[in-house]
Amino acid sequence: MGFLTLITFIPLVGAAIITFLPKGKIALIKKVSVAATGLTLLLTIIMLLRFDRTMPGINKEGQFQFVEHHKWIEVFNIDYFMGVDGLSFPMILLTALLCFLCVFASWNIDRAQKGYFALFLLLETGMIGTFCSLDFFLFYIFWEVMLLPMYFLIGIWGGPRREYAAIKFFLYTLFGSLLMLLSMLAFYFTNEPHTFNMLTIMQNSITYTRTFQYWVYIALFIGFAIKVPIFPFHTWLPDAHVEAPTPISVILAAILLKMGTYGLLRISYPMLPDAANYFAYGLAILGLINILYGAFAAMAQTDLKKLVAYSSISHMGYVLLGMSVFTSAGINGAVLQMFNHGTITAMLFLIVGVIYDRAHHREISGFGGLGSQMPIYTGITSFAFFASFGLPGLSGFISEAMVFIGAFPVYKYITVFAVSGVIITAGYFLWTLQRIFLGKLQDKYKTLPEISGMEIFTLAPLMIIILFVGVYPMPVLNLMRASLNYLIEVVHP
Amino acid sequence: MTLLYLAIIIWLLPLLTFIIQIFFGNRLPRKGDWVVVGAMFIDLALALVIFGNVIYKYNPDFRAVLQFDWISLGGQDFPLGFVLDNVTAVMLVVVTLVSALIFLYSIGYMKGDPLYSRYFAYLSFFAFSMLGVVLFENLFGIYICWELVGLSSYLLIGFWFEKDSASDAGKKAFITNRVGDFGMFLGMLIVFSALGTFSLEGIKNGVESGQLSGTLLTAAGILFFMGAVGKSAQFPLHVWLPDAMEGPTPVSALIHAATMVAAGVYLIVRIVFMLTPVSTVVIAYIGGFTAFFAATIALTQNDIKRILAYSTVSQLGYMMLALGTGSYAAGLFHLMTHAFFKALLFLGSGSIIYAMHHALHAVNNDADPQNINNMGGLRRKMKVTFWTYLVATLAISGVPFTSGFISKDAILAGTLSFAGRYPQHFLLPFFGFAAAGITAFYMFRLVFKTFFGEFKISEAREHIHESGKIMTVPLVGFAVFCFFAFYTAGNNSISLSSPGEGWFYDLIKPPEQTAMTAAEMPFSEEIYEQEELPAEPGASHSYAIFLSLLIVGAGIVVSYRTYISKTISAETWAAMYPRLYRGMYNKWYIDEFYHATVIKLIFVWSALCRWFDNVIIDGIVNGSARITVIFSWFEGKFDNIVIDGIVNGIANATQILGWFTRQFQTGRIQNYLVGFLIGIFVIIIFRMM
Repeated sequence: MGFLTLITFIPLVGAAIITFLPKGKIALIKKVSVAATGLTLLLTIIMLLRFDRTMPGINKEGQFQFVEHHKWIEVFNIDYFMGVDGLSFPMILLTALLCFLCVFASWNIDRAQKGYFALFLLLETGMIGTFCSLDFFLFYIFWEVMLLPMYFLIGIWGGPRREYAAIKFFLYTLFGSLLMLLSMLAFYFTNEPHTFNMLTIMQNSITYTRTFQYWVYIALFIGFAIKVPIFPFHTWLPDAHVEAPTPISVILAAILLKMGTYGLLRISYPMLPDAANYFAYGLAILGLINILYGAFAAMAQTDLKKLVAYSSISHMGYVLLGMSVFTSAGINGAVLQMFNHGTITAMLFLIVGVIYDRAHHREISGFGGLGSQMPIYTGITSFAFFASFGLPGLSGFISEAMVFIGAFPVYKYITVFAVSGVIITAGYFLWTLQRIFLGKLQDKYKTLPEISGMEIFTLAPLMIIILFVGVYPMPVLNLMRASLNYLIEVVHP
Repeated sequence: MTLLYLAIIIWLLPLLTFIIQIFFGNRLPRKGDWVVVGAMFIDLALALVIFGNVIYKYNPDFRAVLQFDWISLGGQDFPLGFVLDNVTAVMLVVVTLVSALIFLYSIGYMKGDPLYSRYFAYLSFFAFSMLGVVLFENLFGIYICWELVGLSSYLLIGFWFEKDSASDAGKKAFITNRVGDFGMFLGMLIVFSALGTFSLEGIKNGVESGQLSGTLLTAAGILFFMGAVGKSAQFPLHVWLPDAMEGPTPVSALIHAATMVAAGVYLIVRIVFMLTPVSTVVIAYIGGFTAFFAATIALTQNDIKRILAYSTVSQLGYMMLALGTGSYAAGLFHLMTHAFFKALLFLGSGSIIYAMHHALHAVNNDADPQNINNMGGLRRKMKVTFWTYLVATLAISGVPFTSGFISKDAILAGTLSFAGRYPQHFLLPFFGFAAAGITAFYMFRLVFKTFFGEFKISEAREHIHESGKIMTVPLVGFAVFCFFAFYTAGNNSISLSSPGEGWFYDLIKPPEQTAMTAAEMPFSEEIYEQEELPAEPGASHSYAIFLSLLIVGAGIVVSYRTYISKTISAETWAAMYPRLYRGMYNKWYIDEFYHATVIKLIFVWSALCRWFDNVIIDGIVNGSARITVIFSWFEGKFDNIVIDGIVNGIANATQILGWFTRQFQTGRIQNYLVGFLIGIFVIIIFRMM
């Protein structure tokens, strides 16, 4: 069995084991979860050491790594086809790491642990499988596998309005999946012989008519736009985030949102290059809207978690802007931003969880002066906030700057407005920092305990990555640059 | 090259002490202050070694560069680089010297603060980022450190974060700076998209070869200046600096007077070759106006630190004015002299505030220890503070034999000759000279009100004491550097009035090729020859000295008559021009204006976005869900009533029909016979018709 099969299905095996364990053995359930996610992470790190940074992938099977290609359902020409390149591997790395950390962040889940951890592991299988798949049908299956556990994780372990949030999330994404299914079938029947092989579909892209490309692109785009989420399809996100338990918010923001942009780059761009070029300007404008609208909406939030959710919308806008320009700095910046946003926003949601566990509310104006009560927590939060508003020396700055540098020669005015977003972002983060941590401490918070060792354990690896990438981003860029530069050649020769 | 490596060590040493301090500071003996202060004195020693070497070389073209790869995308690369030239060498000494003395002073000033170790950590971080700004040869590198400097400023302004005013001020400083940085970043984008490099050397070559020219070059120059406007608190982004005085006083001295705020001036010095005629004029006017405008506000303030803050804004305006009128070296020169005398003024004020605070505390008086109206007569109690303060005041006012006299005169002479050449710019020297007079007036007002007369809160008088050695030694140290001879000493002479033949003007030469000469613009080379003006004291230099001595003297005399001999009454003046007075006192309402416009707009707009999200978009989403629900309800009803109605109706009809026909199936022969007969009968009738 290859690495990819292992990392995809080890969590599933873990989930299966958990379902056979008695409900009361919570410690054992947690151990199995740690083992499953830990083993996956370990294998991913081994893959990282063996990863060839010069192989581009994208549309050539020979240029993919860790490839596993078997016939599966021969009647319909469906293969079990997996492989990674510089576009998917950083995302897999991120997924494996965050799932491992989120198991520890789930330590305090207080009811139905068995179901929770089983679903959580199933979710990991879905996510890693999606990033590994090179067969459209397989991709679609994993894509749907992600959806269901997410629905239950929000709907059962969520906050007071969890049912509304879960159903909203479910319907939105189901709608998107439906459009993706249609597009997939359109590709299947357009190609002769009929195929779900993504790479074949890409190589045949020259044969698709423009009209076909435009319509399929739009259908796929709506599906992916809902995931990113792109304005105006974004309102499921704040609700889902606010109601989801902390670790699920982390996964949702750090990885599930990346599925949208990943899908655009993996599927829409190389399969429909003409459409990608045709709609690039529109994508840049949508990116700008996301950046500014998200930032302004974040500023007006009173719930800390909602603020972080809107900041995600804003930060995904940089990814869209970078993707829209087909320059090396732009696309590399965009994918680096996906990676960076994954780590930074994960920190932010974990941080929100820490304070919610202690104060049992998230009203920003209800706090104040926590800086003197919880100095370590304050330091960590400041670090995450600084990273999020793009302080140089931390990773968010590098990717934002690269996106701007890449986008400016192509779309001057859009970029100028997008850069102004960093002022607003700094504004609302510093304002929030002030309202929560600075000023006089209220008496009722004089007993709040400092952040615990376990919580620091979940945050510290992310801090190290954010700082490291901020100072020297090459190790991550090296993983992706060959693939992304080649992607530009394919889509925008 | 070894010197450059030495400079990099200077840069990294504070980073090391920052890391030590943030993780282990509280566990170290004395909370680690000696680590930070010691490291800074080592830095100073190394900087002096470099400086000694540079002086020994005496080569205006000395320049060492170290380039290294940083980000490489295969095709598009972003290398970084360090530079050591004479400008860097001078800046290194200025930064490390000011830092070392202020770090030392902080040991006394911050004694007993609960966050003592963190304070020193932040100081180290500041030194690290500031030295980075000076050392990077690359705009991207400069920008990184530029923002980190802003971060340390944010952290230190809000150091006493339990005070709302402090945390407000920190936030305001950072965001205002970000507005400037926004411009700077756009400038970088323009430069990079045209030239594909961030290296200053590369940009210079690109500008010289005309790859970047015209409007785009002007725009880039003005955008870089926008960054400088933010960092150096020039109008209209000056609003953060006075508020920044909420930070501990040594921080105000180090960051918000001597070093960080000068980074904007330094940036313009570095990119001077990019400036086109239009951008230089913009710089000159903004600088000149700021110098004048801030001075008018300083006239009426009563908070000792705020007066100095506005005077800093004003002095930074001078530096910009110098750069805008082509006096390249004079701008940088004033940066250096100002760093020392302004640091001294702040530390002296710190010493006063410290004494006032303890005295007022001793008698449980909650009067403001920073209000000069509560002071008076301090010269008898605080001798060292008084004498050093007086030296610095003379320097900032531009009295002969001080450093400030030389640097300010060089700038004023530059504006005068600039206006001589281009009479339409007559306002520039006006701003300069008027600000000089006002400066002399308000600085002496400050000295007279604090050190002369009688102490206003008599019961606390006994408790006023001179500060300890650890605070007064740095004062004396800085006072020494207010003496002119340090700056005008040259190879063979020391000039009393002009830096012309001193080491500074010999070593700091403006770049030969500029955007202006390259573009052969109207006032190209002459301006930069003007640069050499002080070297051969020409007509405008003599005029400048004469005029400025006259104006400064007048300022001091008026101040003396107002506050010592009381032959002029300030109150009468204020009453005579109430609007003018209120305008100055309320800082010309700039803050209020921003609050009512920009800030209000942002809040309204963000509330609107939130409303749009919750009401419109979610309204549509939930509305369509509602419609679906209602539709399915109707569909249900339709199913139940119409379709089921039809189905059931047919069934019922069949049933009824069945019941009806069943009535005939009675099973009695007689009934059937009757039916049969009726049938026959009906047929016959039909037949007959």
